[in-house]
Amino acid sequence: MKKHHISATINGDEVDFLCETSETLLDVLRDDLNLTGAKEGCGTGDCGACSVTLDGVLVCSCLVLGVEAEGKEIETIEGMADGDELHPLQRKFVEHIALQCGICTPGLLISARSLLEKNPDPTEEEVRFGLAGNLCRCTGYQNIIKAVMDAAQEMRGA
Amino acid sequence: MKPSAFNYAKPSSVDEVLGLLSEHGDEATILAGGQSLMPTMNMRLSAPSLVIDINGLVDLSGISSDGDSLRIGALTRHVEIENSPEIAKHAPLIAMAMPSIAHPAIRNRGTMGGSVAMADPAAELPACLCALGAEIEITGSGGARKVAATDFFRGLYDTDLGDGEILTAIEIPKISAGYRSAFDELARRHGDYAMCGVAAHAKVDGGTISDLRLVFFAVGGTPVAAASASAAMEGQSVDDNSIAAAQAALEEDISPFDDLHCSATLRMHYAKELTKHVLTTLAAG
Repeated sequence: MKKHHISATINGDEVDFLCETSETLLDVLRDDLNLTGAKEGCGTGDCGACSVTLDGVLVCSCLVLGVEAEGKEIETIEGMADGDELHPLQRKFVEHIALQCGICTPGLLISARSLLEKNPDPTEEEVRFGLAGNLCRCTGYQNIIKAVMDAAQEMRGA
Repeated sequence: MKPSAFNYAKPSSVDEVLGLLSEHGDEATILAGGQSLMPTMNMRLSAPSLVIDINGLVDLSGISSDGDSLRIGALTRHVEIENSPEIAKHAPLIAMAMPSIAHPAIRNRGTMGGSVAMADPAAELPACLCALGAEIEITGSGGARKVAATDFFRGLYDTDLGDGEILTAIEIPKISAGYRSAFDELARRHGDYAMCGVAAHAKVDGGTISDLRLVFFAVGGTPVAAASASAAMEGQSVDDNSIAAAQAALEEDISPFDDLHCSATLRMHYAKELTKHVLTTLAAG
């Protein structure tokens, strides 16, 4: 099978890569581009550990083919902080100890940012439903919800 | 987990898709949103030799209002349907079902046509389309044909789609005056496939139900219309007696099965409870 030449924008950088058709976007990010923040938890869209945005829209990168990335803008956890300056969500995750093993954290952060872009002032219930596609097996979610609510408040300037 | 090797084509017209389908037959599969296909490929439950990516066919995407019906292009994403004022106004049952379909990331990518063509027995949209009397538009080399949703779903993952055909649109009759819809499902966790679910559509006149269409999902190989339970409610107001009669009639309509998630007995119990809930919701408006 011949490889496909794909041009995409990843975290603001124009990137060219060669990928096999059978590589998912997650495979490309992790194995070809060394962006290992997004994780493979399930490969079926149940866990959300591979969450990235594709043209600004939250997707599971394990359910998108690498070849589908042609011409798209992709944002991953690696592009979330501004240099050494953490994104408010990242900072609040640290403050509230909203992570333990860390496998789900990149996906949860991308998912939470996507949620707050659509709904800057969510109720706790809306946060729970909004993040229901991201599984965490360590924390019990309480601190994640607190961190997202707190970050939302700060990001609103309240 | 990685799919097995395959060739990839991204055609720019339906004719080109039809050409590829006729050339490659069963070896080819269509990639729309990929939210059902990709998991099966990642798990190697399916291993097509050619993936035909239809995401370049922009004409297949979008919702349009055409007289008494709504037309939803096959490539329309769930998120667009979920946020559509036209759907909320003219097909509220579809809008009610949307939040129960998986999670935001999946709804951002998954498509109407994909869900319908996949025909998962636990999927929400096929049951809704049957309850609403929707039609499925299928395009083949001879042109387009339409088939009633109730005839489209033929068995477990089996539909009326023939070799060399592609699902191109769904047409839903706009809700008529006096009609209401209700939807409910039970799943272990929000966003999981339901253990039992029901779509309901009926005329409600001063609390009296008529022309009720109760369609269950996750209780058989296809969406299952509960004809006896629906008939039991004809001309009835919703009260303890009529609900009990509809629940009793349901025994003739559905034959649930055991699986990992719940027993057949529990499924029947859920179906009866959901019946009570949607009837009460319909009556309450």
